[in-house]
Amino acid sequence: MNQTYAVAAVTSVVLATVLIGALGLRISRTTSDFYVASRTVRPALNAAAISGEYLSAASFLGIAGLVLVQGPAMLWYPVGYTAGYLVLLVLVAAPLRRSGAYTLSDFAEARLESRRARRLASLLVVGIGWLYLLPQLQGAGLTLEILTGAPDWVGGLLVALVVTGTVAAGGMRSITFVQAFQYWLKLTALLVPALFLLAAWYGDGAPRARFDAPAVLRDHTVVRIADTVRIGLAAPLTVTVTGSVDSVAYTGRTVTLAPGAHHVLGGTSLAFAPGSTLPERAADGSDPLGWSQPLAGGRDGHQLYATYGLILATFLGTMGLPHVAVRFYTSPHGRAARRTTLVVLGLVGAFYLLPGLYGALGRIYAPELALTGSADAAVLVLPDRILGGLLGDLLGALLAAGAFAAFLSTASGLTMSVAGVLTQDVLPSRASSRGVRHFRLATLLATAVPLAVGVVASKVPVADAVGLAFAVSASSFCPLLVLGIWWRRLTPPGAMAGLLLGGGSALAAVMATRAGLAPEGWAHTLMAWPAVWSVPLGFLTMVLVSLATPRRIPPGTPAILARLHLPEEITGAAPAQEARR
Amino acid sequence: MSEHQAARRSRRETVTYASALGDRPVPPPRPRPRTPHPPARSEIDEQTTLGHTYVRSLMRSQLRAALTALGALVLLVGPLPLLLALPAPETLVWAALGFGAYPVVWAVAHWYVRRAERNERDFTGLVETGSAETGSAETGSAGTGPVGTGSVGTGSVER
Repeated sequence: MNQTYAVAAVTSVVLATVLIGALGLRISRTTSDFYVASRTVRPALNAAAISGEYLSAASFLGIAGLVLVQGPAMLWYPVGYTAGYLVLLVLVAAPLRRSGAYTLSDFAEARLESRRARRLASLLVVGIGWLYLLPQLQGAGLTLEILTGAPDWVGGLLVALVVTGTVAAGGMRSITFVQAFQYWLKLTALLVPALFLLAAWYGDGAPRARFDAPAVLRDHTVVRIADTVRIGLAAPLTVTVTGSVDSVAYTGRTVTLAPGAHHVLGGTSLAFAPGSTLPERAADGSDPLGWSQPLAGGRDGHQLYATYGLILATFLGTMGLPHVAVRFYTSPHGRAARRTTLVVLGLVGAFYLLPGLYGALGRIYAPELALTGSADAAVLVLPDRILGGLLGDLLGALLAAGAFAAFLSTASGLTMSVAGVLTQDVLPSRASSRGVRHFRLATLLATAVPLAVGVVASKVPVADAVGLAFAVSASSFCPLLVLGIWWRRLTPPGAMAGLLLGGGSALAAVMATRAGLAPEGWAHTLMAWPAVWSVPLGFLTMVLVSLATPRRIPPGTPAILARLHLPEEITGAAPAQEARR
Repeated sequence: MSEHQAARRSRRETVTYASALGDRPVPPPRPRPRTPHPPARSEIDEQTTLGHTYVRSLMRSQLRAALTALGALVLLVGPLPLLLALPAPETLVWAALGFGAYPVVWAVAHWYVRRAERNERDFTGLVETGSAETGSAETGSAGTGPVGTGSVGTGSVER
């Protein structure tokens, strides 16, 4: 891939982000503008911003990689990411806006009238936000490394700097513009190359991708294995090796490997003749594969359970993601919040028609990516692989720009919401120090922590972190929001017990899986996909403890429920722009 | 309010709180009395028991809409993993997950948004004018009003 074009593309995305952010800075004048864009963002603009924020690098790069390696069943990820918004719409959207709160912590405090519940919610918001920021920064490093060969911490640092700068300078108003721009950039960056690639694929005789059999290499292919892998062979394989296989060193010798498992040392090059069958990467609990490995290998005979675990986590987890929830406060009223969500569903759904396509094309034209462990790069390398030449370079640069927009927009939204909570609930504050300057300090903290963790723990698998964020959110904030909005008997002790037990057990389960406590079997599956049991656990705990503490029902419950559900015409809560006139 | 909405309103039939109790005649459709507030609205403002009953009735109709939408989602998407686990042709998986799911999700969302907004309009009409509907209201069938027409007042009648 031509580095010059890629660097130019990434640079222009960064510059455009800073420029549009600066534009927003001129408009964003009051504290209210800063946090919630004064609640005057129109549905079309707000919906593009929400979609831009939501479509992270896991969507832009990761889904195609997953499909390439594991086949179309991985399309459950985008379906779940989309349907999560539907669940959010029908259960939460309008009441959440009408609650008048800014963060999930505000909601917890307003509904439960408890400072302790607020603090617990704040901890969870920051935790989930950091869990989600970490893979964004690491993914940016990976992408920049693939594109330009820069060391892997450069990309993360670049994203962190740009995001901190934009958010700290312009707040919500400016990132609304930035993210709306980035949605359209991401859609264009995926759509335009897809049309060219499809045309080329059609001109090539429209070969079919096969997922039920090992991929067959079309051309002479040299695969350089980055990290040490185990490969499984079903039939003898003839391959030219430079490096070390099964602890035997070779220098460009052609060997025939017997069926069975083989150990290929990192740095080894394997040259395959055209028509060779690509060896499959053998599952190994400890090797990090990036997004392209679902939370835990889905092929261990418990795939159906894992699928339902994924469905529950994504369907119910979306509503509790801090950067998603914060966005609803920028709508002028509850009805606009609903209509905005409807537009979001359209925009997100349109986007998700594309990544699967790249996955299928990748399986045909670049199947060896599954072996090298860089399947996440499939989207980026396909134009070069299929089209080549100047056109391939230009389209590859466009995709690189889109990928970077994905990192920037999601990281901005997460930083915004984490910084908001840090400002209000975590940082020590005197009455005078609250305000914009305090918020800027929090922004720095919000990005610095995951950046530092990312540098130290350089091999945290990103898929785990993203899936973990969804599972924790589904088991903690989903029960809080749903019961808080629809159930009058929720009490602060009940809510806190549910948050702790539901969210805590989901977190513990996935951490235990990562630590390798249950390497295989049902115990492994249950812990790797906790949502199936941790979501009911969270709900049940909240309900039972609330029923056991009936005296602790907040006295203001009827009033707050009325505010959550009554249309603004009746409550008299005038939209912000009318109040200012 | 557009003429289109006014025309739609007059076609629907709903048993309302006020008409079911029969404590006063159904007011004329237009113009709405703006000030002073009609009784239902002040009940809500002052948080009386009756006011809470109004809120509950709105919550119930909104929850019904939400659960219907979720039910549709569960019915349409829930069995898919089981179906796709059968030895199905790969094309089917691509069609269902790669494309088919999105229009379904959007259609359910669209239905819900329209339904929820209608519930709110009916409720606003009820508390602002004393009647959710300005057309023909049937007094006899209190509590058994058709579910599909957003019968916001029925909860209070049952008490």
